[in-house]
Amino acid sequence: MVHIHRQSKSATVNPLKSSQPLGAALAFLGVDGAIPLFHGSQGCTSFALVLCARHFKETIPLQTTAMDELATVLGGAAHLEEAILNLKKRANPRLIGICTTALVETRSEDFARQIANIKMTHAEKLAGTEVVLANTPDFDGALEEGWARAVAAMIQQITLRGQQAPRSRKATLIERITKPSEQPWKQKKVAILPGWHLTVGDIEHLREMVEGFGLRPVIVPDVSGSLDGTVPDRWMPTTYGGTSIEDIQELGRAVQCIAIGEHMRRPAELLQTLTGVPYVLVQSLTGLKNVDQFVSLLSEISCVPAPAKIHRHRSQLQDALLDGHFHFAGKKIAIATEPDQLYQFATFFTGLGAEIISAVTTTGESEIIEKVPAEKVQIGDLGDLEELAGGADLLVTHSHGRQAAERLGIPLLRIGFPIFDRLGSQHKLTVLYRGTRDLIFEAANIIQANQPAPSLEKIDAMRKRRNAG
Amino acid sequence: MSSLNVKIQDVFDEPACERNRSKDSNARSKGCSKPLTPGAAAGGCAFDGAKIVLQPITDVAHLVHAPLACEGNSWDNRGTASSGPTLWRTSFTTDLTEQDIVMGNSERKLFKAIRQIKEAYQPPAIFVYATCVTALIGDDIEAVCKRAEETCGLPVVPINSPGFVGSKNLGNKLAGEALLDHVIGTVEPDDAGPCDINILGEFNLSGEFWLVRPLLERLGIRVRACIPGDARYLDIASAHRARAAMLVCSTALINLARKMEERWDIPFFEGSFYGITATSEALRQIADLLVKKGADQEILDRTDALIAEEEAIAWKKLQEYRPRLKGKRVLINTGGVKSWSLVHALMEIGMEIVGTSVKKSTVEDKERIRQVLKDDLQMFESMSPRELYAMLSEHKADIMLSGGRTQFIALKAKMPWVDINQERHRPYAAYDGTVELVRQIDLAIHNPVWSQVREPAPWESRPATQEPLPSTRPDTDATSVGRSIRRHDAGDFVEC
Repeated sequence: MVHIHRQSKSATVNPLKSSQPLGAALAFLGVDGAIPLFHGSQGCTSFALVLCARHFKETIPLQTTAMDELATVLGGAAHLEEAILNLKKRANPRLIGICTTALVETRSEDFARQIANIKMTHAEKLAGTEVVLANTPDFDGALEEGWARAVAAMIQQITLRGQQAPRSRKATLIERITKPSEQPWKQKKVAILPGWHLTVGDIEHLREMVEGFGLRPVIVPDVSGSLDGTVPDRWMPTTYGGTSIEDIQELGRAVQCIAIGEHMRRPAELLQTLTGVPYVLVQSLTGLKNVDQFVSLLSEISCVPAPAKIHRHRSQLQDALLDGHFHFAGKKIAIATEPDQLYQFATFFTGLGAEIISAVTTTGESEIIEKVPAEKVQIGDLGDLEELAGGADLLVTHSHGRQAAERLGIPLLRIGFPIFDRLGSQHKLTVLYRGTRDLIFEAANIIQANQPAPSLEKIDAMRKRRNAG
Repeated sequence: MSSLNVKIQDVFDEPACERNRSKDSNARSKGCSKPLTPGAAAGGCAFDGAKIVLQPITDVAHLVHAPLACEGNSWDNRGTASSGPTLWRTSFTTDLTEQDIVMGNSERKLFKAIRQIKEAYQPPAIFVYATCVTALIGDDIEAVCKRAEETCGLPVVPINSPGFVGSKNLGNKLAGEALLDHVIGTVEPDDAGPCDINILGEFNLSGEFWLVRPLLERLGIRVRACIPGDARYLDIASAHRARAAMLVCSTALINLARKMEERWDIPFFEGSFYGITATSEALRQIADLLVKKGADQEILDRTDALIAEEEAIAWKKLQEYRPRLKGKRVLINTGGVKSWSLVHALMEIGMEIVGTSVKKSTVEDKERIRQVLKDDLQMFESMSPRELYAMLSEHKADIMLSGGRTQFIALKAKMPWVDINQERHRPYAAYDGTVELVRQIDLAIHNPVWSQVREPAPWESRPATQEPLPSTRPDTDATSVGRSIRRHDAGDFVEC
């Protein structure tokens, strides 16, 4: 039984959280032709923009309704309207994803109604652009909730209702002409709702695996198309790549939905309610047994046995587990991250014989916390991690943990968001057989690199242990 | 809020600012920043501006009274350096929850947070930042700070600059006001001397002020307070005993400089440590002001001697870059003093300036650019990302110098780029810093990656060949591998 310790102090010291609207913006960034729009003062956007740019090393399309004091007091509908129309005129996006901030949520207006009015008044002007609202005040939740809320908002506001029949023969004929190398009319469509904690590399790899079973994955959101660090040949004011609006509209055509991470349960449930597409929730895609289950699931849906490549990847992971477990056994790990990623990494480490001596997370709302293999989970900040992590062999958190790692003299494995002092974090694999294999290598290498040389003190300590025993 | 509004009006009425003087009273009351366009705005808020100015004060605990985002999304993101205390890098926020806001708990939480920090860290002072939400719900942070100051027995300074009152620049100035109201002049130094100066608006990015300080020390000049770069609370509290001041980033802290002159008779001038000539000019002006305030005349000669020596070394080093950089075209997209002070040094080594932005420059800055460039066309107010991208991708420049915000516009246009703003990792101030900047420009322009990334893939232009692939395995017949692959490809197309 996990003890969950709520935050009791008044001053948060070195925040672990990134804000809820930022999480929502990340989800909107996984849609093709999108611009997330923060409804708040311009600082809310500026901070999020800089943080995203530092993490992804990309231009990030992110805009603001630029609320000032007067507009906040009198109501922000006019600012919202002007911002939407300006974005449409300047960039003609396929999607404007509105993320509300603490400022406007404290003032509290009926944003959904305002947006409905704006859409109605400017129906012609806004044709071809979806405007989706996610309520994401900063004073509630964190990155994880923001991401999930944005995905739920897109399903609620874009996806067509009802389970849709497979396409008619006529449609497939057109597709036969346009997509000669595929046979979409024969492929079963699978909706995949990944959590925020999957990297660009993870999504690419996940897609390949699902396609390997002859299935057609529709991934919402798909950051692998938009935030994968490519060099476009012209200036793009919106995202380029990611899930298409049409794919979100037609999610109801999927035979199955797979949600990854507990925080994706709500969007998946919503999709089921609206379209009847049943969902399976996968709590973690890291670790041999979790991946085994996932592969069985794909095999079941597709009625196709696992391809040879997957056998090979599994075997590589087995070997990595054999080679790597020496470096993990008995090691003390301190992790601080959002609930689902905490579960993913805590089970990964305990699966190799390590022990989680401190687990810190952002919010206490998620049910997954109960399943974290640690004695207690602290809802808190990096200040808590620093206090609880004494004696650990490895710290596991995002880049802001570097200060604590320095002070404690404990090496740091960087995971999650933001990672601003290392390159390539988006391309790191953390899921499926290969991701688990890579993680074993990365963590084991960090641990090896920081292994102290044998010392008299350590040998003495061992002698004393024997005498005491 | 009314006292804050009075303060904002006061800041907007800045007699030391030439641009401000040229406005009528109506235009003046609207402030210096242009109104923001929803959906097309960029840049930070007033809270951001205030924190930028104050956070480099190294031994103070900076507590942000807000829901998470204001601090959680912005901490640990600037490259200023400290020669001692590290408390400024620790982030403190009240991280208000919905409960705190709805139940009216936020003032109590703030008070407790101050006490918690005092007990755990014993800082010389705590700065408390108001933000949009706490201003909106009417938290009286000034009253809480006063009460906490009495109970905790240390200075607790309210920084009243919530984001929605305006731009980053306004926040810079409100931060200056907070220092004037609560900090400067509260401690009397026991070591005031005739050659003490303040440097205002210097942030010690990447430790670059440490390239300047030794020059001043060689002249016998002591920096009483560098505000805010690498400052300690006590430096600032006793800054009113300096004899003269140099204002480095004039748009940020001109109000502070002027009011310190009015209150404590500390004359100031605006200058820059970016570029060789600018650095020399700054040193001369500092010496001049000190002499006017009663310092020994001989400091002037020593200054001249130092300048001659340092300039000779710097120009000699720069000449080495001349053959490599002559004729290269530079686009400078920054603001304020850097828009002109760098220009001179770059032109001296034969580089061509194809454009410099004057978005945040003062009237005087612009005049200086005009003198150097002699062509108004090269000055632009601000450029949209799209225009910037177009200019770079059409190779109208060989390098862009700018801040992190436009970094990826340059890189996506496959254009060399050097960071000259706050997130950079290299010191560019004074003589040695200028040489370093030119070195970085040289390294950027001549990096071998450019020829690699600009060339299209050779196989993209050629028609697909049916030639057999070379085999890496000696025991396999190369032609048969090639044939089997070919068959496979063809098979894919047949099926459709």
